[in-house]
Amino acid sequence: MKLLNQSLKYLSISILAIITIWCIVFYVNMLNEIKSSVDEGLENHKRLIIQNIQKDSIIETNEDFDENFFTIQEIKDYKAISVKDQYLDTILFMQDADDDELEPEPVRMLITAFELNGKYYELKVANSMVEEDDLIEELLSDAIWLYISMIISILFINNLVLKKLWKPFYDFLNKLKIYRLGDTETLPQVETETKEFIDLQEAVNILLLHTTETYEQQKEFIGNASHELQTPLAITINKLELLIEKGRLETDQAEDISEVLQIIERLVKLNKSLLLLTKIENKQFLDNDTLCLNEIVYKITSDLDDISQFKEITISLNDKKDLVYKMDPSLARVMISNLLRNAVFHNIPNGNVSVEITKSFIKISNTGDCIELDKDLIFTRFYKPNSNSKGTGLGLAMVKAIADLYNFDLTYKFENKLHTFLIKIPNL
Amino acid sequence: MKILVIEDELQLLSNIKESLEKEKFLVETATDYNAAIDKVFIYDYDCILLDIMLPNGNGLNILAELKKTQKSNNVIIISAKDSLDDKLKGLELGADDYLTKPFHLAELNARVKAVLRRQKLNGKDIIEISNLSLNLKERSLKVQDNIVTLNRKEFDILNYFMLNKNRLVTKSGLAEHVWGDNSDNSDNFDFVYYQIKNLRKKLVLANAEVEIESIYGIGYKLVSL
Repeated sequence: MKLLNQSLKYLSISILAIITIWCIVFYVNMLNEIKSSVDEGLENHKRLIIQNIQKDSIIETNEDFDENFFTIQEIKDYKAISVKDQYLDTILFMQDADDDELEPEPVRMLITAFELNGKYYELKVANSMVEEDDLIEELLSDAIWLYISMIISILFINNLVLKKLWKPFYDFLNKLKIYRLGDTETLPQVETETKEFIDLQEAVNILLLHTTETYEQQKEFIGNASHELQTPLAITINKLELLIEKGRLETDQAEDISEVLQIIERLVKLNKSLLLLTKIENKQFLDNDTLCLNEIVYKITSDLDDISQFKEITISLNDKKDLVYKMDPSLARVMISNLLRNAVFHNIPNGNVSVEITKSFIKISNTGDCIELDKDLIFTRFYKPNSNSKGTGLGLAMVKAIADLYNFDLTYKFENKLHTFLIKIPNL
Repeated sequence: MKILVIEDELQLLSNIKESLEKEKFLVETATDYNAAIDKVFIYDYDCILLDIMLPNGNGLNILAELKKTQKSNNVIIISAKDSLDDKLKGLELGADDYLTKPFHLAELNARVKAVLRRQKLNGKDIIEISNLSLNLKERSLKVQDNIVTLNRKEFDILNYFMLNKNRLVTKSGLAEHVWGDNSDNSDNFDFVYYQIKNLRKKLVLANAEVEIESIYGIGYKLVSL
């Protein structure tokens, strides 16, 4: 959920609560105010009626509420003594302009008593009251409109203000998203005067600098270490070769030495692969030429002829269209050769390898063990599904590194019992 | 045949020297830039093995100096760096070949002999051992004047063995030399064995007076009978 919507969510809930409470308080206060104002009117009306009666000294008992909105009834004296001024809310049947017949309407009524010429009378004065449900209805609809207009204006202001305030943050975030360790030369900058964002930029940049440094050191270390190993490995291999050539060895000693030599040769290959991988990742190959990848595939399949014949594996080529791309020739060879060699070596007797080339992809599929390889691990360094494998476990990592370098889409699939590697070449 | 080895790593230097002396070459050594410069301009060598990284100087400068006097075309650069840049620079400066460390002694041997062969202007492109005669130009083999047909790879294998007579040729070195196999699949040793078996058969059938001996499972050696 976006920050903008988050703040809107909390604001709308709290504003709803505030408005509700406010409405209740407002309603109660309003009603009290109206009642007290009506009561004053009633009091005044009462005085006027009594004054008129006392002036005229004529009493006209009036049992129903007529146009004057009061009644006068004679009552017994004992009753009159107990009467105090009393205000109450009650209902009277009245007819308004908009009513067809009498309808109950709320009224405020003052009940009091007075004495004239030794007789006691009860006086009821009424005044029409505001209808509570009308009031509530009115108030509610006003409150709803207030709420809606507040939410809309908050939404509007939020959008305007927050967007403006957070713009540097989103700009910075976008710069971070495209930042690649070792690739992007400049550190992402934020253009703002907001202190928090400047702090964020500083913290991120310190982290990035540190990470880049570590990354560079690590890359350099692998490169240097592999490089420095070359000479000692050369010395060891040559010394052992000379030792075996001398020939004055017991058979079992010579066999041990042979084994050591084989292990060192594996080490040499591992080291060479690591060096190559480091070089690819350091982009030390950018000797790009326009190549026809079909030709490279043909060359490598013919190099593999002997071995595939020996392993009784058929390689079939389905060359639909020329695939021309601008890339480093030696990397193109490594990429295709590693895939093809894998396809031949991890195969079964009488198996086959098929290569399909079109304008936009190369697909290499081969028979093999009927076990799907782990898609997530297959391209990682030193992944060997079969622990007896004497490979370095770097072949596919290298293919992946080359594919990444040129933004090729490299995928593995196991379909129809075939291990299939697909390299999609982006359109130029 | 006089060969100069310019290499600062003493152990590697002594290995190379020992290996080349087995081939009856006269080997001289230099371990730094100055000694190397002195030697290359005082004496003439049939072949110079040059390490690029040297104390107090870059091997490529020696090569540049040699080029000025037209003497750079018998140089094989030996480098721990498999860098295309260095390779191109070296070959531009007239070096004949470029070998990356680590290498098999058999490979070094083959490269040195190739340089020596190219050096001799009228050098015959024929290697002879016992009753075998391998014609490099026509890519053909004669055993006692009878032509023996070899396929492309068998020819390359035999050529490699003949350049390394009586020397150990490891299976991986052979695979690398003949099939350009620098991949990491070492289970193709069976395949090398199969190829050798075929070649042996042909040699026996042709009554060749050489034999490819197996050496403790690590490789082979061509010997005269």
